[in-house]
Amino acid sequence: MDLSRLIQRSEFEWELPQKGNMRVPGVLYASRALVEAMDEKVYQQVRNVATLPGIVGASYVMPDAHWGYGFPIGGVAAFDPEQGGVVSAGGVGFDISCGVRLLHTGLTIEQVRPILPDLMDALFNTIPAGVGSVGQIHLSDLRMSEMLRGGAWWAVEQGWGLAEDLDHIEEHGRMAGAMPEHVSHHARRRQADEMGTLGSGNHYLELQQVTDLYDTDTANRFGLKPGEVVISIHCGSRGLGHQIGTEFLLEMVKAAKTAGIALVDRELACAPAQSEVGQRYLGAMRAATNCALANREIITHLTRQTFAEMVSEAALTLLYDVSHNTCKEEIHTVQGRARKLLVHRKGATRAFGPGNAELPQEFRDSGQPVLIGGSMGTASYVLAGLAENEDKSFGSACHGSGRAMSRRHARQLWQGRKLVDDLRGQGIHVRSPSMRGVAEEAPGAYKDVDRVVESAEMAGLARRVARLRPLGVVKG
Amino acid sequence: MGWELFYHEADEGIRGEGKTLSEAFEQAAIALTAVVTEPDLVIPRIPVPIEVSDDDPELLFLAFLNAIIFEMAVRRMLFHHINITIDGPELRGTAYGELVDIDRHQPAVEVKGATATELFVGQKSGRWRAQCVVDV
Repeated sequence: MDLSRLIQRSEFEWELPQKGNMRVPGVLYASRALVEAMDEKVYQQVRNVATLPGIVGASYVMPDAHWGYGFPIGGVAAFDPEQGGVVSAGGVGFDISCGVRLLHTGLTIEQVRPILPDLMDALFNTIPAGVGSVGQIHLSDLRMSEMLRGGAWWAVEQGWGLAEDLDHIEEHGRMAGAMPEHVSHHARRRQADEMGTLGSGNHYLELQQVTDLYDTDTANRFGLKPGEVVISIHCGSRGLGHQIGTEFLLEMVKAAKTAGIALVDRELACAPAQSEVGQRYLGAMRAATNCALANREIITHLTRQTFAEMVSEAALTLLYDVSHNTCKEEIHTVQGRARKLLVHRKGATRAFGPGNAELPQEFRDSGQPVLIGGSMGTASYVLAGLAENEDKSFGSACHGSGRAMSRRHARQLWQGRKLVDDLRGQGIHVRSPSMRGVAEEAPGAYKDVDRVVESAEMAGLARRVARLRPLGVVKG
Repeated sequence: MGWELFYHEADEGIRGEGKTLSEAFEQAAIALTAVVTEPDLVIPRIPVPIEVSDDDPELLFLAFLNAIIFEMAVRRMLFHHINITIDGPELRGTAYGELVDIDRHQPAVEVKGATATELFVGQKSGRWRAQCVVDV
């Protein structure tokens, strides 16, 4: 990205000035090097988002931002429904409520290392992953509606989860306002065999070792210790969310026109939040969020079963579950006035700081855990939310390292089998049904997660708590 | 070859070209398979009907791709090729493919949906072109 069009506000904050049909400025949080490396399309997409009706504050960009569709991946925008603000299917994306959860194991690296290859084999055999995979749970229409209302609560009620997990999930495990009646027959069909499946692409289950602590006090509160083995699970709302995104994106292209909204890019597809289409989308999108929460809870259940069979000393407890493709109704103070806003985070994580009433009691003093996924061969991070971020990006942070090259380019540079062998040489055991998929997800195809997280901390979006090194990966 | 993948940083651009609009759509459908696997690895043994409509040719293209993506997802199939006819807003045709075979196809990624990013349906240098970015 050409920096000459930006105003540098601080070392890690850049303003894209409001001009033309922009209603607000753009704000990018990243180091000079990361902003320079961003695609020119990110610049255009930040500007485009700033033209949407009812946007509040600015069109924000997180340090891992890259070219998305409509909104940039790593984009955050809030809209005020009372001021004609919109809700945008393009601003949430296809994989509604895709997210990450982190589980403690109660095990040390010394306990896990001898059994790591067998453990990875067992996890790979237990958790359906990859294109065409199906789960063991098949839902009738009635039960699917119950799942879409209940989220992780429903999974726990069915015996596929633990009640103590629920308070450690955003929305306390169940998104209010879900309207399963607005989830189409097609979306339900796509989900019929996909409960408890990991998916493909950048989705994974990863065993990790805590290697570094940056904030010992918060790490203690989060229960993270050096040498502990933890588990990250990254996946979303599977086919149901994809289909809802697909259907509403096309419907909102037309709805925007009907509402007199001139879209500079059709991918910004949106509707006034208070319109019939807007309300219907919010109901369906919230149902898809519950699908994602239930799905991660079920995968956690399968993971617990596997560990119980392999390592009797293991105790898998949930640190936290965050979603990073969302639209949430939140109350934020803007220029001294509390306003109810629809905050879109597309490839961005909620990062609420200390004192936020949305957080469970145990995180009220520390801020919420913010989980940042890496790639197969690179680190992941646990951060904590900061109260002052409320004024920076409505309490948001990055979600991963962000891709740095296309899948095709990655395929040309790496071979899946060789990559798996090389990673094994580094002590990282990869299990995947597709070597082509592994090549496309090569660690080198992503930005340097260390630099991304450093930017997030330096920009005041969240503070580093712990660094995690991969030990084993089940890749879809 | 009348199809290709084009650059997108995180997802994949698919493009089909041909002498007719239908041919451009058919070629783009092969590019859609190429996002997942090598199209030549797919055996066209099972026919699946595809039928969509839209007055806007670009939205018709998205509806066409989304119909294929839906069939891929619910039938656990990959498609070798698709034959279609377009009559005004109506598109009808048959996709030919087989069930996913993990070992043989080595499918890299699921396609979630077709996006309006880089969406174009029209003529370029006397040939029909249909393209967009698909989310993976």
